[in-house]
Amino acid sequence: MTSSTSAPQASADLSDPPVVQVRNLVKRYGAHAAVRGVSFDISRGETFALLGPNGAGKSTTIEILEGYRDRSSGEVRVLGVDPQKGDLAWKAQLGIVLQSSAEAAHVTVREQVEQFAAYYTHPRDVDEVIAAVGLTEKAGTRIGKLSGGQRRRVDVALGVIGRPQLLFLDEPTTGFDPEARRHFWELIRSLKAEGTTILLTTHYLDEAAQLADRVAVIAAGQLVEIGPVGTIGGADARTPVVRWRDATGLREERTSEPAAFVTALALQSGTEPRDLEVIRPSLEDIYLGLVAAADAEAAEAAETTEPTGAAHV
Amino acid sequence: MSESTLTRPTAAKPIPALPRGRGIRLGLKRIGYETKTYFRVGDQVFFTFLFPVVMLAIFATAFSTSGNIGTNPDGSGGITQGAYYLPGMIAAGILLSGVQNLATDIATEKSDGTLKRLGGSPLPVISYFIGKMGQVFVTSLAQIALLLLVARVVFAIELPTEPELWARFVWLYLLGIITSAVLGIALSAVPRSGKSATAVVIPIVLVLQFISGVYLMFTMLPEWLQNIASVFPLKWLAQGMRSVFLPENFAPLEQNAGWELGWVAAIMLIWCVVGLLLCRFTFRWIRKDG
Repeated sequence: MTSSTSAPQASADLSDPPVVQVRNLVKRYGAHAAVRGVSFDISRGETFALLGPNGAGKSTTIEILEGYRDRSSGEVRVLGVDPQKGDLAWKAQLGIVLQSSAEAAHVTVREQVEQFAAYYTHPRDVDEVIAAVGLTEKAGTRIGKLSGGQRRRVDVALGVIGRPQLLFLDEPTTGFDPEARRHFWELIRSLKAEGTTILLTTHYLDEAAQLADRVAVIAAGQLVEIGPVGTIGGADARTPVVRWRDATGLREERTSEPAAFVTALALQSGTEPRDLEVIRPSLEDIYLGLVAAADAEAAEAAETTEPTGAAHV
Repeated sequence: MSESTLTRPTAAKPIPALPRGRGIRLGLKRIGYETKTYFRVGDQVFFTFLFPVVMLAIFATAFSTSGNIGTNPDGSGGITQGAYYLPGMIAAGILLSGVQNLATDIATEKSDGTLKRLGGSPLPVISYFIGKMGQVFVTSLAQIALLLLVARVVFAIELPTEPELWARFVWLYLLGIITSAVLGIALSAVPRSGKSATAVVIPIVLVLQFISGVYLMFTMLPEWLQNIASVFPLKWLAQGMRSVFLPENFAPLEQNAGWELGWVAAIMLIWCVVGLLLCRFTFRWIRKDG
């Protein structure tokens, strides 16, 4: 497992102590360990994405960092503070966008954003924030009358209104249409440009690729990979695959020199190879490969150590 | 597993302190927010705010032909049924505004994520409670004003004029509403979900009203039921309110032939302290997992 990375990070300031430090984090629910020894750092100004399937431990990890859950063991510092002892001044430096919410149906968007703005010492401008999440036209509408995606944008507005140093976004764009997602990405980039450190969990790999300086893949409660988006899975995982059909059926060859391979293939057969493709594994392919490998390993470990303890979250 | 200590420097930038006194300031700001929200929820307005007024109207109308209560043998004196039940309705209103309102409101906010969000924000817990208490004060004062107005204008019920009776009303009200609010906050910890909140809270409140002399004359109840009711604060609050709004010659009709204002204060104060302690030890923004 990787505990920290020395990969270059364009926008992160490494002279500062990390904004988030996690060492050997473990969270147990009875006999089941939802998080099993996770370690990572997030530098100031960095956007860090936590990827993983449902139940992998993403939300448990982020809620421990937010102070909502107590850890079973390990060390955690967020802005230099143990989240279990975080006070109001500490909370004032955080922005939290939780996974789901259904509250405040009877107040309008502006009333709600304005109310939360008052809790912070140097809040952003209420109307600017409402505009940034694209709800200017809905500012006078009661939250209960908004669509799911619009409500999600209210959540984001409440998360950023306090000008946080560190912003937690737990699956922020679930329920967004593609256009809203693009707008959201722009918003996150502008927050990042202002120096906000961002911890994001997401199911959408394109989102991680678009926004994150580094990603960590968590599966079955463990970090299986961490690093800049362009390097996770290692160089081997990115080796292109040449696929074609011949008399024996579908053929596949992994090669770092696909052009030379295809040329040789064409010369050798003397004809145009059928169904020829050169496939460069996408982030999604790499990610799915990592998760599948981790799940297989976890299942094996479960069979040998705890025959009855099936993984569940 | 990797190293178990933090190797990087941990001396992070100091976190800026928050200004002093913001707990009170934000609490006052929340009163407006809470009150506005209260009046936007229809069932809340009906079952908590208007309920005592509706019940007073029903009682005063339905029993208008059954004659006065406490008439002299010669048929003079006495008060109408509406006048007799008015103090009970005021006591019930105080109970509803505090216990029923806050217990269901906070239980709902617990389950719909409101408290989780507030718990992640720098809002002090005290501000949240100032907001709730303020909302209870504003709504219950408006409710009592409406009750008295309807009683006086629609049902021509005589209201007391002596300043000392109104002074008594003020302390009874304050003690009653604070006790009722803290018990509501404490009770909000019981329902396991927002949906079950009214199912848990309303029966408790309704039974209390029936056994505490709000809808039924207290002395009509069997003695064992009177004794059970005497454990709870509503019976005492209703009795105190009767001492304000009923003529002095009704005192002998009470359970122990007197207003017993000392007991009224003592029992409510005990419940107030118990409620405060329960709030102090049971209230959490969220239930941290086991």
